[in-house]
Amino acid sequence: MISEQKAHLLKALSKEMRYDGRKALEFRPISVEYGISASAEGSSRVRIGGTEVIAGVKIETGTPYPDTPDQGNLMVNAELLPLSNPKYESGPPGEKATELARVVDRGIRESKCIDVKKLVVKSGEHVWSVNIDICSINDEGNLQDASMLAAIAALKDARMPKLTDKFEVDYDSEKTKDKLPLARTPVEVTVIKVGDQFFVDPLIDEEELIEARLTVAITEKGTICALQKGGELPLSTEDLDKMISIAQKLAPTLRNALG
Amino acid sequence: MTYAKRFDGRGFEELRPMTAKVGVIHRADGSAMFQTGKTIAYAAVYGPRDLHPKFMQNPSTGILRINYNMMPFSGHGERVRPGGSRRSKEINMVMQNALLPVLNLKDYPNAVVDVFVELPQTDAGTRCAAITAAAMALADAGIEMKDLVCAVAAGRVEDKVVLDLNYLEDSHEDGADIPVAILPNSGKVTLLQMDGEISPEMLKEAVTKAKTACKKIYEVQKEALKARFATRSA
Repeated sequence: MISEQKAHLLKALSKEMRYDGRKALEFRPISVEYGISASAEGSSRVRIGGTEVIAGVKIETGTPYPDTPDQGNLMVNAELLPLSNPKYESGPPGEKATELARVVDRGIRESKCIDVKKLVVKSGEHVWSVNIDICSINDEGNLQDASMLAAIAALKDARMPKLTDKFEVDYDSEKTKDKLPLARTPVEVTVIKVGDQFFVDPLIDEEELIEARLTVAITEKGTICALQKGGELPLSTEDLDKMISIAQKLAPTLRNALG
Repeated sequence: MTYAKRFDGRGFEELRPMTAKVGVIHRADGSAMFQTGKTIAYAAVYGPRDLHPKFMQNPSTGILRINYNMMPFSGHGERVRPGGSRRSKEINMVMQNALLPVLNLKDYPNAVVDVFVELPQTDAGTRCAAITAAAMALADAGIEMKDLVCAVAAGRVEDKVVLDLNYLEDSHEDGADIPVAILPNSGKVTLLQMDGEISPEMLKEAVTKAKTACKKIYEVQKEALKARFATRSA
């Protein structure tokens, strides 16, 4: 069954066509909404075609790790909600959710998108903890790129909460107007390889056929700040070059959607 | 103490502005969104489908399984840790009891109808919004139903009976919170809980008013279901 679908997909791709009529290196329409959850310090909804994810940022205070007394904390978590896909089950995050969250985490952390050194309230004692939670609402493929975009949008939307005298968040007060110290806007593009064909923004049916994939996190300068190879088949260095250049070419499409 | 004016300026029996939309999650067999004030609930229905683990299967009927979940950033205050809590376990159970009376799952032995409810933003009244959304999602999934289910919280703040309490009212020291689910056509009650303190007279008044309010919610649900049907045939 899979091999027949694969043959069909490859034939279509060789004619520059996808199941939904797109070209191989074309994204579905992308939209970003800000401020979709008033209870979060920052939030966003990202749609890529029919795929929809929500991200929320909670900002709290905590104690720094002993080895980094002058750095705030950053945490990324992803929930593949059973509401978004009949195959997902409730319970602790599995392999897919963990990989998703970690690849988003690396894209944000390694790009120095958030300057964690600026997240200090009182050196060695109180720092800000920035918690990003990504929740899938409707999974029609390519949660990875959508999740990264949603995480960045939620960070951009975030406003710092007020603090009490004891350096705890004062949840009864309105948020301040201060934004998070964001230095960069990384985005992630996942390039897929099936047979000798490359394409992006896979649909669910296409995800089933993936032989190899490469997620590339890219800053606005064009530098690469995280990579993740997935899928069973190996990639040649020529493949890697090609996939990275595809990702670099398409990164602005995602970044422009942030408005 | 006299509660002269509600914290958000509403009339004592006034509900918060409501929005409902059916068919919001395409991958689900049925889905709906219900918003009252700042409380938003998404519900998705999957099934009837095979039930795992197998020991839960019932050869005489299909079962209804509810999964209520607040998104980690949806609460007032600190981040809510993902995963179930004692509170969500109880809500799953009372929601199941609230919705099951309108369903007939006898035709689906060994199967399950899964209802997943997710809340991205909350301001009290979440279990009521969850039930209201879930009922629409079940209808959207084409599951045979004897009636819809509508839910709202009634309550007391100081000397007044109020409806559709927000977080400030719900957490007010001198009061009571009474979530009620009603079958709009028979008027029967399928969910009734309370915390706080109230006189028997006021309780009666609160439940009666909740019943009247549920009629308004019923209209919103029906409109949303009709709108979904209209877009389908278009």
